[in-house]
Amino acid sequence: MENEKLGTAIVVTSGKGGVGKTTTTANIGTGLSILGYSVVIVDADIGLRNLDVVMGLENRIVYDIVDVVEKNCRLKQALIKDKRFERLYLLPAAQTKDKSAVKPEQMVELITQLKKDFDYIIIDSPAGIEQGFQYSIAGADIAIIVTTPEISAVRDADRVIGILEAKELYNPKLIVNRIRPEMVKRGDMMNIDDIVDILAIDLIGIVPDDEAIVISTNKGEPVVLDEKSKAGQAYRNISRRIIGEEIEFLNLEADEEGKLSKIIKLLFGK
Amino acid sequence: MEIFKLFNKNKENSKNIAKERLKLVLVQDRADISPKILDMIKSDIVRTISEYADIDNEGIDIKLTRMRKEGNKAPVSALVANIPIIKIKDKR
Repeated sequence: MENEKLGTAIVVTSGKGGVGKTTTTANIGTGLSILGYSVVIVDADIGLRNLDVVMGLENRIVYDIVDVVEKNCRLKQALIKDKRFERLYLLPAAQTKDKSAVKPEQMVELITQLKKDFDYIIIDSPAGIEQGFQYSIAGADIAIIVTTPEISAVRDADRVIGILEAKELYNPKLIVNRIRPEMVKRGDMMNIDDIVDILAIDLIGIVPDDEAIVISTNKGEPVVLDEKSKAGQAYRNISRRIIGEEIEFLNLEADEEGKLSKIIKLLFGK
Repeated sequence: MEIFKLFNKNKENSKNIAKERLKLVLVQDRADISPKILDMIKSDIVRTISEYADIDNEGIDIKLTRMRKEGNKAPVSALVANIPIIKIKDKR
């Protein structure tokens, strides 16, 4: 690769499992590469490899992150180029090892190396706050916390924010995932303000619950490519905010308001 | 529309329940105070106040919560005690 870069490493984390870390990593990575940046997405969830299937790159894995830190191969041999995009690479996790296979200092060394070749390094952290989480945040410059509007997820997010601070990773950014506007509207789901108020960190994205995510994951194509999907739009916006653009947040409630008129239009043809 | 509101009146929005529960649990998480310590604080407070007043033991409500300082957005933990006093003891 041409000139030596000075990339930014972003870790995507949450504490609680199943809130959408991997989907977020895949979509932010793809989103940034569409914007013209060179990106590597790193699967740090050793033993529970998944970023490869979400990206549709599972058949191309030869070496993995553990091979790299154990020096069984060169870094470039383990990087999988996503042929659909100009500058997007995946560093897969090992599936048959466990989380003790990578130490924080090895991760720092790896990320430092990657920063020379890429504008952005997006790290998919494993769930939990143990070993795997500890090495996944080592070497990161910025943390993105993913949560859903549920008590359990917000509570775990709060824990993680505290631990990140203790590790001197300040000012994490928040993504609220799987918002359901109709539930928020009838008061059965915490809204964005409620969650931001409680966690007291900066918001960087609101992603609505969207069937398009399931469909795109089925196919191994990040939803950020789907022009029509709301979630895709949300991830495109998040990618733009990461590069420093000021983009307004999606107004999901306003759209719900328009549903009745949409139905009327369907019925009466205008 | 008003009729629906009437029926809903008794049912509190579940998101408000979630928010309240979450706030309480986070105070404990953040302050790292175990329920045991909180119980000890409670009994110490009650013992001290009892020296000066007869209190209604049934109505005691002491909990750790979170509030925002005036003029400051940062939330702080606060120990809120509600101790109904039956009568002040004559200490002369």
